[in-house]
Amino acid sequence: MSELAERFETHDPGEKQVAEKIRCDACPVMCYIADGRTGACDRYGNVGGRIVRMDPLTILDHAAETGGAVVPFVAEGEAWNGELVSTGRRFVTAIGAGTTYPDYKPAPFIVSQEVEGVDLVTVVTEGIFSYCGVKVKIDTDRHIGPETATVRAGGEAIGHVTTGEYGSQMLSLGGVHHLTGGSKAEGRATCDAMLNLCNRKPVELTIDGGATVIVEAGKPPVIDGKIEHRMRVGCGSATIGMFATQWRGLVDEVVVVDDHITGVVSEHQAGKVLGWQDTGIKIIGRRSTPGRYFKVSEPGLGWGGTSISDPLSILGDWNVKKGARPGLSLLMVSTTGEQFAYYELDDNLKPVEKPFPERLQKSVGLIEENCEPALCTVLFIGGAGGSLRAGVTENPVNLTRSVQGLKTYVTVGGAPVYVWPGGGITLMVDVTRVPEGAFGYVPTPALVAPIEFTLRRDDYVRLGGYEAEIRSVEDILARGGEYLNPRRGTGAPVSNPWPPLAQVRRAANGAG
Amino acid sequence: MNGPQAHWLDDGRRLHLNHGPIDLIIGVFGPAEECQAAYGQVVARFQTVLTELVEELAELRRPASTKPRLFAGPVARRMEAAVAPLAKNFITPMAAVAGSVADEMLAALLAGRKLDRAYVNNGGDSAIHLGTGQSMTLAIAGTGHGLQDRIVIRAGDAVRGVATSGWRGRSFSLGIADAVTVLARTGAEADAAATLIANAVDLPDHPAIKREPARDLAPDSDLGDRQVTTAVGPLSSVEIATALDSGLAVADDFRRNGLISASAIFLAGQTRISGSMALAAPTKIPRKEVAHA
Repeated sequence: MSELAERFETHDPGEKQVAEKIRCDACPVMCYIADGRTGACDRYGNVGGRIVRMDPLTILDHAAETGGAVVPFVAEGEAWNGELVSTGRRFVTAIGAGTTYPDYKPAPFIVSQEVEGVDLVTVVTEGIFSYCGVKVKIDTDRHIGPETATVRAGGEAIGHVTTGEYGSQMLSLGGVHHLTGGSKAEGRATCDAMLNLCNRKPVELTIDGGATVIVEAGKPPVIDGKIEHRMRVGCGSATIGMFATQWRGLVDEVVVVDDHITGVVSEHQAGKVLGWQDTGIKIIGRRSTPGRYFKVSEPGLGWGGTSISDPLSILGDWNVKKGARPGLSLLMVSTTGEQFAYYELDDNLKPVEKPFPERLQKSVGLIEENCEPALCTVLFIGGAGGSLRAGVTENPVNLTRSVQGLKTYVTVGGAPVYVWPGGGITLMVDVTRVPEGAFGYVPTPALVAPIEFTLRRDDYVRLGGYEAEIRSVEDILARGGEYLNPRRGTGAPVSNPWPPLAQVRRAANGAG
Repeated sequence: MNGPQAHWLDDGRRLHLNHGPIDLIIGVFGPAEECQAAYGQVVARFQTVLTELVEELAELRRPASTKPRLFAGPVARRMEAAVAPLAKNFITPMAAVAGSVADEMLAALLAGRKLDRAYVNNGGDSAIHLGTGQSMTLAIAGTGHGLQDRIVIRAGDAVRGVATSGWRGRSFSLGIADAVTVLARTGAEADAAATLIANAVDLPDHPAIKREPARDLAPDSDLGDRQVTTAVGPLSSVEIATALDSGLAVADDFRRNGLISASAIFLAGQTRISGSMALAAPTKIPRKEVAHA
């Protein structure tokens, strides 16, 4: 049975309705759908006994920004009565807006609003992004794989490890070549992984020659089955610099183990300035400057992002001529403060682990406290193509110029974006600022992302906009769009500015 | 209720049509004005395809016999015509719905037009048009199995339909094939044959294979209480070969009776080929204009 045939497996008119299965009336097939399953099309589902369109047109209520209660003003199946919302700060997002055919037809919604005496227009459409990707920043010291290593989802190559940033591992995923340049399975795996990452769902990624990482936007990474808790406060050397005074007088030597730079307090400038005595310690590694050592170990999942499980393995023999003596005390700690151990030299100048002393607890705790939580952040990056822009204005390049000239404010599901300088409209958005479930896909495969353009009404008309299609927010709430989507009201994420106001303020500051 | 929707992909180089569960990707090549007219025709035809099908859905979900029934809708007729020659075994016209929709849409866009090439891809089941001397490269499952992952169909070949079936993804299958790809005269014939070949790739009562009644997964499925595959555990290489050979016997039978041109059957890394899948092996893999089959 072909895929489409299976999707037609629905009801037989006249047959008895089966318990907890409900009938969808979104298209002529009129599937019966069991609870928790979606219908033939995958876009409508039975959620708790109600047919729910997975991507209704979403209208954000920026009342949430001021802490006021959000009133759900459009219940499914009810006509909006226009009086349930007390604030006028609404924003029609492109989530669920749909697209139009052909593209030279105006975008699905062109919305007018007056803000602080300025007439603004927001052009709302869902963009199909064949050219798009996802950048993942994983705040962790753990080595997850070598630079340029292939990142896989479900065994298919979907991206690679890119250059790391301070305290973070970086992945570059998706892109047109993985989406449409390889096998169908590769394209599908890439599309699935990007869609889930953008919709803030966990995705398991395996890195060639590296770790298996579960990435979920806004959550700590799970690396080789272990949840990460902390990203380091700094490299080993920076940690010495920050905390040297805390250890003064409490311990004779401190080694901060780190996969980048391991620090030794007695040799480090920070220790020297405090009058720290030599201890005759020997670090096995490549010395950079005094007290700073590169490459004490290969990167790994052990101490401080190294492969070390026994920190003593990076120490050579202790030199009596340079101050080593029985009883000398040694603290070894990782750059996140998560691993730590205390040693004293015995009569043969061999370090022997002793119970961790109370007096050093505070300084180790301080390192851990200064480390930020390990976190995955996901940015969607996409280029708005020519055809999408044609739905905004008759002369698409005018829109590009308007965006680049800061006359047009671009949002994704109401969330602010960074528009990359240069040609085209290449934008990046933090997916945690976009309302949940805002991203979709088409089987091309390509991602579907909401995109809104907000600009002055007179500017819009001047750049060749579809003046006759401009409608009020109230009209859209009441009548919806061409395809009669249900409307859904939801609170805007608190951190997002109200786009019309953001554009007005930006223009007032001289940018426009 | 939502109507049919359409929009361009890739800056107007491909058309995406959607209505309910029908999802089509269409590419047309030829003189610009002919392409434009063809796209207009296909969009016009698309407006009623789903509603026509739904009118006869109840009967289309009943098993076919070797004596074709009469249906009113052109797509329904294509479906019945494609499954009737195969109806010695259980089959309903729904086995050919995807390929039939592809064939119907291809016919709509070709009517009165002079096009070099065109394809209608309906979720992996495709119908293609080739003008004199033209060819089209298709991507097929098979990557990593030591096979060509691209095949070229030339105007002189008797192939205008390609379809793939298997239990994975959203598809229901009575068998365990990862994928069965079939080349045939039309999308509908390829679709129906792929369904039955995939059903035949099986190891009845094998403990590693999980099955559930179709009705439990999709109410009122045309497969009724028949057990459809929901998981396939580890199989020995002998078992894989046994299952593949059952499918191959059906494929060879279809091919000898002129119902299909070729078929490739995939299961757990092993492959069987019936006929010549590489109708003409491409010398170079083109990056553009690949219709995914």
